[in-house]
Amino acid sequence: MAYNFKETMNKPERLAPGHRMCAGCGGTIAVRNVLRGLHEGDKAVIGNATGCLEVSTFTYPYTSWQDSYIHNAFENAGSTLSGVEGAYKALKRKGRLNETYKFITFGGDGGTYDIGLQSLSGAMERNHDMVYVCYDNGAYMNTGIQRSSATPMYADTTTTPVGSQSSGKPQNRKDLASVIAAHDIPYVAQTTFVQNFKDLHIKSEKAIYTPGAAFLNIMAPCPRGWRYNTPDIMEICRLGVETCYWPLFEVIEGKWILNYEPKQKLPIEDFLRPQGRFKHLFKKGNEHLLEAFQKEVDRRWDELLFRCSR
Amino acid sequence: MARRDRLSGNEAVAEALRQINPDVFPAFPITPSTEIPQYFASFVANGKVDTEFIPVESEHSSMSAAIGASAAGARALTATSSCGLAFMWEELYIAASNRLPLALALVNRALSGPININCDHSDSMGARDSGWIQMYAENNQEAYDNMIQAFRISEHKDVKLPIMICQDGFITSHAVENIELLEDEEVRSFVGEYKPENYLLNPECPMSVGPYSVTDYYMEAKRNQAEGMKHAQQVVLDVANEFAGLSGRKYGLFEAYRLEDADRAVVMIGSAAGTTKDAIDRLREKGEKVGLLKIRLYRPFPAEAIAEALKNVKAIAIMDRAEGYSDHGGPLGADVMAALFRAKSTALATNIIYGLGGRDVRVEDMEQVFKDLQTMIVQNDAGDTYRYMGLRE
Repeated sequence: MAYNFKETMNKPERLAPGHRMCAGCGGTIAVRNVLRGLHEGDKAVIGNATGCLEVSTFTYPYTSWQDSYIHNAFENAGSTLSGVEGAYKALKRKGRLNETYKFITFGGDGGTYDIGLQSLSGAMERNHDMVYVCYDNGAYMNTGIQRSSATPMYADTTTTPVGSQSSGKPQNRKDLASVIAAHDIPYVAQTTFVQNFKDLHIKSEKAIYTPGAAFLNIMAPCPRGWRYNTPDIMEICRLGVETCYWPLFEVIEGKWILNYEPKQKLPIEDFLRPQGRFKHLFKKGNEHLLEAFQKEVDRRWDELLFRCSR
Repeated sequence: MARRDRLSGNEAVAEALRQINPDVFPAFPITPSTEIPQYFASFVANGKVDTEFIPVESEHSSMSAAIGASAAGARALTATSSCGLAFMWEELYIAASNRLPLALALVNRALSGPININCDHSDSMGARDSGWIQMYAENNQEAYDNMIQAFRISEHKDVKLPIMICQDGFITSHAVENIELLEDEEVRSFVGEYKPENYLLNPECPMSVGPYSVTDYYMEAKRNQAEGMKHAQQVVLDVANEFAGLSGRKYGLFEAYRLEDADRAVVMIGSAAGTTKDAIDRLREKGEKVGLLKIRLYRPFPAEAIAEALKNVKAIAIMDRAEGYSDHGGPLGADVMAALFRAKSTALATNIIYGLGGRDVRVEDMEQVFKDLQTMIVQNDAGDTYRYMGLRE
């Protein structure tokens, strides 16, 4: 599976331009690049939890989706695609469909980590032949930047606002990739936009073409919610990986594999500084918060190294 | 060739589903409907159907998966009761607004709380405005027959709406009765193959389902749904007519029992109609002119036909097996009273709440109802138009 950047980027778009997502939205970048993992000519049904992606790409009477697409509600992208995949199996068995289809569903962290967790867990445990892709931007962005269980500690959100008695979100983020890996499904991976999209592309293709359930967790920055300079998205993602805030790994048939280890782990400040949601951490007197954040990143990184037998 | 058997209501519905052999059946257990997916799972396990059975992790997911399957081009259904239906509430509306012809075998049970596993209609009455066709059964035979007619109605090109086939929890779902079953081949040719117009797994033409639609199109979408509902009455009658040709059993929008010359009538839904018929037979022997209008089709609500059937009646008791908490009656009461008002009826009418949480209904109770109607006529006064029957004193 040699990766050719130019060839991959020149594949026909399966999410047509003209949709209403924000300029520089990480969610859109995630979707377009995951769909590049589909082999040309292969058919797919795309699912979608309610969120920015849904309301901006399928506003009646227009759709941006070249493939068949279904949005049902906020919390049930997993079970909805379970039904679509079940229909596929039944129609194949009964000889009413000859073509091969792949099933991919997208949800933000709200629809995936939180309200849709039960439905996702069920779909994964039943091992439907589908890929669940979480485009994780770490808050409920569609409703206006409220905290989710994917929101990092100390982030300033509209339901964890920074104030005289508050330093932002008090809790650590949930490690959803580990939660899903514990479902013992064939393929789990975490990735983001780095290395000319090579990591994302390879993982998408693997996830789509691995029989059974697969889960991709993609860090997909939101310029509105994170408050960084919009064109800097690739740099933000690079810093997320180089600080070990967002490690790149896979869990294949239960085996943990670290895909990238920075030569020199950068301090977490490098990832936090460009983001307005962490501005308060750099005020005098808040040094202990940065220390605590670093400690948490280190703890999780060590845990990951242990899991990957490093 | 009909086959005679003895089956519970749940077995009868499961048997109908085996004969229909649907494409996808996602399900989650809840008393008293649990047996339906349970029997069905054994059909799957023994190769009697080639349905994709998906044992999901909740009722919200069973309806979500049924919606996904139906949108994908499959004939899909699920089964549930009570809180399971309440948990699906959001999805009921989505199924209807997507114009998906899927079915739900509902075994009526009281909603919590207090938690109660017995029959009343509070679950399906809560879903009466969700855009689903609702059909009710008095006994096991009707539950079986309605299930067989379900997909023909909901898949009809003029309707394209989901359908709820309701029967009373335990009273019919668990009671074993004599029943007449159709042959498998008869059922399969009657129900026919499902051929959707547009669906996700159509290789010729991809489609998008479940749009975001605001002020510019939402209202038209809702009006279109209402149009499907408007057509459903005639389709229900046409399908019933065809079914009568096959089975010899006749169905309409409702059943009028000894109503023709009645001066007093009870209007009700479900299994208590059987008890009421016994009360009517007893009173008729004494020369009393009493009758029953038993609702079969509740959504859409055949208001005009009901008012017409009640036009010569002097006093009516509308019996609700669900509270409405409007402080002036239950849901059936509101619908029937509105129908009578529009037809300029001068009948005296009262609304009686009964049988909540499985509270028993005896023949004597129904005789008393007819006696109370007689009092209303004598006094030319409906009295309290919102009453309870069978409460502990």
